[in-house]
Amino acid sequence: MSALDGTAGTAGAAPVARRLAAQTRFELAAVLRNGEQLMVTIALPLVALVVLTSATAIELSTHGRSRVDVVAPGVLAFAVLSAAFTSPAIATAFDRRNGVLRLLATTPLGRSGLLAGKVLAVLGVQLLSGTVLVAAGVALGWRPTALGLVEAAGLAVLGTAAFVALALLVAGTLRAEAVLAVANLVLVALALAGGVLVPVADLPGPLAAVAPWLPSGALGEGLRAALTTGAVPAAPVLVLIGWAGLLAAAVARTFRWD
Amino acid sequence: MPTPAALEVTDLVKTYGSRRAVDGLDLTAHHGRLTAVLGPNGAGKTSTIECCEGLRTPDGGTVRVLGLAPDDQRLRSRVGVMLQDGGLPTAARAGDVLTHVAAMYARPRDVHELRDRLGLDAFARTTVRRLSGGQRQRLALACALVGDPELVFLDEPGAGLDPQARAAVWALVRELRDRGVAVVLTTHQMDEAQALADDVVVVDHGRVVARGSVGELLTGARHTTTRLRTREPAPLEAVRGALRPGLEVRAEPDGVLTLTGDLTPQDVHRLTGALAQEGVLVADLTVGVRTLQDVFLELTGTELR
Repeated sequence: MSALDGTAGTAGAAPVARRLAAQTRFELAAVLRNGEQLMVTIALPLVALVVLTSATAIELSTHGRSRVDVVAPGVLAFAVLSAAFTSPAIATAFDRRNGVLRLLATTPLGRSGLLAGKVLAVLGVQLLSGTVLVAAGVALGWRPTALGLVEAAGLAVLGTAAFVALALLVAGTLRAEAVLAVANLVLVALALAGGVLVPVADLPGPLAAVAPWLPSGALGEGLRAALTTGAVPAAPVLVLIGWAGLLAAAVARTFRWD
Repeated sequence: MPTPAALEVTDLVKTYGSRRAVDGLDLTAHHGRLTAVLGPNGAGKTSTIECCEGLRTPDGGTVRVLGLAPDDQRLRSRVGVMLQDGGLPTAARAGDVLTHVAAMYARPRDVHELRDRLGLDAFARTTVRRLSGGQRQRLALACALVGDPELVFLDEPGAGLDPQARAAVWALVRELRDRGVAVVLTTHQMDEAQALADDVVVVDHGRVVARGSVGELLTGARHTTTRLRTREPAPLEAVRGALRPGLEVRAEPDGVLTLTGDLTPQDVHRLTGALAQEGVLVADLTVGVRTLQDVFLELTGTELR
């Protein structure tokens, strides 16, 4: 077919669904091929689940529940955080530095398709890590309710929105090497002191006051509530929605494609 | 009726802070022609092209790409882009990158044919990170062409290519042009522009300093240039003494003497005679050849940037 036969409009582009599917597969393959990213999104939470559940030397306030009941929701929150924040922040920062964002923006995929593909790939990674972690939790004696899991999935999506926005905020403004450091440091800080692995109630005073207002604390506490009582309080939901909106607005204002 | 231009840039301005990288630039490119944007580093070539690709927002002037605004989404399937920095995802395998970009188009070119033409098969399973500069260039070119575009922007396509790869790239680019594609390429490699371009636009300090076909630029010469290479270092003073006033002699850094001015047969006779007296053997003498490089240096100066 000649290049000049008048294929005007968007006729030359593949259908949106096919472009998105291709981009999602491509991004997903990039994560699954990357040992460090697999480590931080799946292996690390799995190790945390097993160790925190079985190593009774580590003190946990379980409030009469089994250890795995308290540990599993926190580990799931950690997996959501690492897949939605650390992994896409680093990948996007390097894509930005290497000009990948600019090149793909010139293809029919476009900038919106590129971002949508990244978000879908994050959800794909979470589906994988969530399945692995829930299965491992069940093997360790955890018995979440179906309702609890559905509510948890809803919270995970809200948390993902907030954390992907945070990932894009750092990836779109800082140098790639700085993002590499920040993304890992923030992950560790939030996991331990932000209400993710350690419940807010077990944090020292000032942190306990701040953590529920952070997206990490809201996600952790929300998941713990959903998966232990089956009821999700309004506060974490509103906090996550607020952060997602705020961070997305900040990204829209500051993101640099090159 | 003349066909409308594939690309029309009028009075383009792009500033970064207080610096005007592009300063009132006009550029037109047509279907079936190869337009080379030539200029020293920092002349504003890439900024201009990126405004045309919709990657940068101009601060002034108008850009029409295939009759549309450069950020029009419809252009994405009709315009191919090869960026100077490649823009290839480094962790993916070369073959997968090309297949992936092809998936964005409804009717992509035959991926296998492109791989074959550009010799990509040899490294299709290698990750982009481990490719050589020339291999990356070829992959980036394949990605720019895989959507079967009507207009392609190639930013420094020849950089880092060995002679074989360069020949393959040139052949493919010529074929595109012959199929009616409008090709716009930026380069500072004069031989590349001279070999490929139908139209040349010389850019410096964000403005067009000359435009025309290669032939027009070469014949627009103020003088002809003669190049003289000798076996032993040529005694510059002896050469000067032998020539008429009005002929300018200059020793180039590579040892070649260039004579500017209208050379007569007698001048050549006197020149070689003077060298014979000094016992210097002429290795190569080319009279009246002007290359795009001469034009370029005349227009943009010899100052290093």
